[in-house]
Amino acid sequence: MTAASHIPTDAPLLSVRNLQKVFSTRGGDVRAVSDVSFEVRRGSIVGIVGESGSGKTTVGRCILRLVEPSGGEAVFDGTDLFGLPEKALRGYRRRLQIIFQDPYSSLNPRMRVGEIIGEAIDTHGLAKGKAREARIAELLGRVGLNPDHARRYPHEFSGGQRQRIGIARALAVEPELIIADEPVSALDVSVQAQVLNLIQELQRELGLTMVFISHDLSVVEYLCDDIVVLYLGRIMEKGPAQEVYANPRHPYTKVLLSAAPVPDPSVKRERVILKGDIPSPLNPPSGCVFRTRCPHVIDACASAVPDIEEVGPGHSVACIRQKELASVVG
Amino acid sequence: MAASSAPVARPRLASLILQRKTLLIGLIVLAVIALLAILAPLIAPYSPSRLSVVNRLKPPSERWFFGTDEFGRDVFSRTIYAGQLSLLVGAAATVLAAVLGITLGLVAGFFRKLDGVIARIIDAMMAFPDILLAISLVAALGPSLATVIVALGIVYAPRLARIVRASTLIIRELPYVEAARALGVPTWKIMTRHVLRNLVSPILVQATFIFAYAMLAEASLSFLGVGVSPEIPTWGTMIAGGRQYIGQADWMMLFPGAAIVLTVLSLQLVGDGLRDLLDPRLRKDL
Repeated sequence: MTAASHIPTDAPLLSVRNLQKVFSTRGGDVRAVSDVSFEVRRGSIVGIVGESGSGKTTVGRCILRLVEPSGGEAVFDGTDLFGLPEKALRGYRRRLQIIFQDPYSSLNPRMRVGEIIGEAIDTHGLAKGKAREARIAELLGRVGLNPDHARRYPHEFSGGQRQRIGIARALAVEPELIIADEPVSALDVSVQAQVLNLIQELQRELGLTMVFISHDLSVVEYLCDDIVVLYLGRIMEKGPAQEVYANPRHPYTKVLLSAAPVPDPSVKRERVILKGDIPSPLNPPSGCVFRTRCPHVIDACASAVPDIEEVGPGHSVACIRQKELASVVG
Repeated sequence: MAASSAPVARPRLASLILQRKTLLIGLIVLAVIALLAILAPLIAPYSPSRLSVVNRLKPPSERWFFGTDEFGRDVFSRTIYAGQLSLLVGAAATVLAAVLGITLGLVAGFFRKLDGVIARIIDAMMAFPDILLAISLVAALGPSLATVIVALGIVYAPRLARIVRASTLIIRELPYVEAARALGVPTWKIMTRHVLRNLVSPILVQATFIFAYAMLAEASLSFLGVGVSPEIPTWGTMIAGGRQYIGQADWMMLFPGAAIVLTVLSLQLVGDGLRDLLDPRLRKDL
């Protein structure tokens, strides 16, 4: 599928095609990500969801070449990032940035906030002297901090404030695309909303394109235009967020959505509970990787990896039974 | 959330040091020893090489605080002059060990391909007893003050290299290093600004220990006769010279020996104190 199919005028800023990542370990090869393809339209937010171990973080890391992908391509504005040598990649570093999950380990404890943000500015020679100081103050203001905070060290701040510093660092280079890797999941619930609002505000004001990695479905529904559901390194379902939430077609998506809380107590839903844990990626199930936990499994599921089929505009599913299950709830 | 929302002021370094008695005592003793050594030309009542045939092997007295040796030289003057060289050897060997060790450790920790080779070399060097390795190096290079410094620098470099390598392996996987890589910060800047800067405290602590070891090793080498030449006063050569007269003039060994003990002890106190001071887990006020 192509996301462009339902909005043809919008060319994707980033297309990830057949992304593969294999980690070699002593126990054997771990296929963290297999055949992941999706597109991110300019100015949109794509949510990548899945439980821990589903490979969602690895997808983000691969796009930024923080881990080297084993195969596939990531075409950003016409250039395949995976094919670039390290030096040429440096120019693209400014255009793609990342916000990390852990606000504690993502800031160097020995650097003042001004140095942390200043490093981003210096690395790309964006401003010097007074202009640099002014830019740091502006960025701190933009993320809701005080310009005086530039002189302080990270340990003097709360988790939410630290995450704001991380966001300011990412914004310092005026990126076009930001990969947000679970940016709020390490924060207190009361602070999560503030940081989410900030991210959404910045995305709108600056026209940012985002890949938002999360395991929190309600957060993704709130923020994202498109959604990609990962399980054990493979795409189960992807499509426009509204469509996927209203009409989930893959059994895994249905299970995930049934687990998400709904604020309206009058809504009655059948809750499907998955048995067991996500299988080890060292020894993934044959055929459909979800079959070991799927409530609708049949023998044929074990024989071949299901193709991704388009079931609606921009909406596709990897399940051999998706047609017959279309009417089944849960 | 661990930190309070209102940023707190950092306590001053001086008051933190004052709160730690052992660190303070170590620093004071060390400062006194260093001052005595540096100001030896002003303090010493006699020239360290002035012979006096009639005053051989005199016991400590008002005239000779630490007595005299077999040539009638003043042991007190020699002890404080010897401090210059002993401290110089310790400091220079530590600096050399730090430069070598930090470089090797960072390179090994950062570049997987070189890690195997460097890690094996470090292990192999640490398998040798320090003194044996130093003796062979001095033997190979020819004994002189510079050789002793170089040999001890090489001998103690692996201790630092090991610590730096292990910490580098941890730090380079941390998100703030990833953030720097995502920004396109060059590798050498990541190594210095992000990794090395976070290693300052373990390196500093280890360096104080290496200082103490290097001083002891210099004394041992000189005592064994493979260090600096015997007529140059270091605490090691003085003890070596006094050995023959231990029955008649124990002060010849006692005072340079005490100087070594005091210096090493205060270095250890400083090292321990620094480790506590710089470890945020042991530092509640951080």
